[in-house]
Amino acid sequence: MSEYNNKDLAAFKDVWVFCEQRQGNLMPTDFELISEARRLADELGCKLYGLLLGGEGIGEKAKELAGFGADGIIVCEHPLLETYTTDGYTKVIVDTVKERKPEVVLFGATNIGRDLGPRCAARLHTGLCADCTHLDVDVPGYQQFLRGASTLDEARIGGLDSALVMGQKHDVSHDLKMTRPAFGGHLMATIICPRFRPAMATVRPGVMKKAPFDEAKANAAEIIKENVVLAESDFETKVLSVEKAAKKLVDLVGADYIVSVGRGIAKDVDLGIKLGQQLADELHGVLGGSRVVIDSGWLSADHQVGQTGKTVHPKVYVALGISGAIQHKAGMQDSEMIIAVNTNPSAPMFEIADYGIVGDLFKVTPMLIEAIREIKANK
Amino acid sequence: MKIIVCVKQVPDTSGKVAVKPDGTLDRASMLTIINPDDVNAVEAALALKDEYGCKTVVVTMGPPPAEKMLRTIMAMGIDEGILISGREFGGSDTYATSQIIAAGLVHLGIDDDDIIICGRQAIDGDTAQVGPQIAEKLGIPQISYAGDIKKDGNTITVKRMLEDGYMMIQMKTPCLITCVKELNQPRYMSTYGIFEAYQKPLAVYDYNTLKDEPLIDPETIGLQGSPTNILVSFTPPLKGAGTILEGADMNTCKTLAKILDDKHIIR
Repeated sequence: MSEYNNKDLAAFKDVWVFCEQRQGNLMPTDFELISEARRLADELGCKLYGLLLGGEGIGEKAKELAGFGADGIIVCEHPLLETYTTDGYTKVIVDTVKERKPEVVLFGATNIGRDLGPRCAARLHTGLCADCTHLDVDVPGYQQFLRGASTLDEARIGGLDSALVMGQKHDVSHDLKMTRPAFGGHLMATIICPRFRPAMATVRPGVMKKAPFDEAKANAAEIIKENVVLAESDFETKVLSVEKAAKKLVDLVGADYIVSVGRGIAKDVDLGIKLGQQLADELHGVLGGSRVVIDSGWLSADHQVGQTGKTVHPKVYVALGISGAIQHKAGMQDSEMIIAVNTNPSAPMFEIADYGIVGDLFKVTPMLIEAIREIKANK
Repeated sequence: MKIIVCVKQVPDTSGKVAVKPDGTLDRASMLTIINPDDVNAVEAALALKDEYGCKTVVVTMGPPPAEKMLRTIMAMGIDEGILISGREFGGSDTYATSQIIAAGLVHLGIDDDDIIICGRQAIDGDTAQVGPQIAEKLGIPQISYAGDIKKDGNTITVKRMLEDGYMMIQMKTPCLITCVKELNQPRYMSTYGIFEAYQKPLAVYDYNTLKDEPLIDPETIGLQGSPTNILVSFTPPLKGAGTILEGADMNTCKTLAKILDDKHIIR
């Protein structure tokens, strides 16, 4: 292994995506991140590699990943990598990064990515930006993004081709610009890692768009089998078992239509949930809930929309009796259409709703269901 | 044996968030609270204390007023408080923050049978990075997203929650756990606890206290020690105001249903 100096920026090149697998199955974030990272690699003028860790035979999944735009897949196969462990995965990723020196490493911001990323970044002494929702390298492209996504004025946006780093003007044209929400989405921040490499980020699941699968790219991809050095003595944690949730979890992230219920159902929880579910059924959608609904045990945690729950961007989001705390809005404000029903006319949810009805959800929802059924009957 | 809980004081973002014209948060105008996930970490420590009678310590890094938060947590039953506070520590990102907190924990002394517990993530930064990074700096194992914790001697068994299920994982002390809110139901302060909290020891670690710790180096703390920089922070544009459909009656619902139908939503 050649000398590793995390401040020798010129020694680092290529973009890597950590490709998470669970029980040998690839995760949707792998495809989303490879698709998005293709653009970043093109903007940097470098190659894009997937980094796939797993047990014997995991390399067979490499082409499936590459078809979304990777130039190659680095495969780390070892019996001790079959199941995710913080220590085993950190060691192998850190070893591989030190040997091959990528400029950028992306992880999906899943429970595993957010366990692994911080540990790798701390060991490599580099920066990690959590839960990003937008990534750029190209400065004009980044500035164009800001024109639509921020309230910054043109003069400020124009000046963002450089930053003051340690008292010196620093040209950001080769830095990964990692944008993420903070304070429940009320504030956005763009983070750079100007002095160290690799720049690392975890990326929020469901935000980046998956590219179409390209058979030719899949077949052309370079498959690199890494020599993994790993022993039982490298492990301080031991996985006893991996259990899938017994009941089918609600797929909020993939849903086009979501009806969510909030505190407004408190006076008759069972009826409120029943009405929400009925409306969701009419729209061929799924039922979600705000934090209070989950914290009170009225719906299970997989139904939770918001900063601490799922981030969703369905075609239609119906909020029944949800006032719209910013943590909740952070998880759903990018929905294509938002419909709010609330008795309080000054509920923050009305500020972002496309259509609002000020009224009691227990009265309005049955009428709305009836109106929808009437239209269906006349089709 | 002791249990160390790491907590953070955060602005209460459940109400209105005040933003200054330059795009930074107007912290002065907002109330501060104990980060919600950290309250579950405190409860996890107290539950272990109830069972084993061990000492519990709460640690935070923040400005001097964070002492009040530490007193509140001590009123819940935690035995000692440590406030890591200093101008030199300001501007730290997660890397530098974990470096400083780890130095504080080394200064306190980590014994072979100690457990460090953190909340999953803070509601201001939402990074979930400082817990795992403290573990890395201390060279100890971690299990994040803990939904259940069992202790048998020096063996800790944790249920790590995943999006689609969970893993059962074992590790030996000393170790670090980050916990989710499903882990427990936090207790309230007792009247006696509030009285007692002000008699309990609270130490302040400033730069001078920690400067000889190997982890503390101008290269690794504060703004200078932070690998990441904020290029810019900004507020997203407000979505254009929508339409309030007047009246909560059948006609209104029919109007809305027709809008949905016109947009091909009703199938």
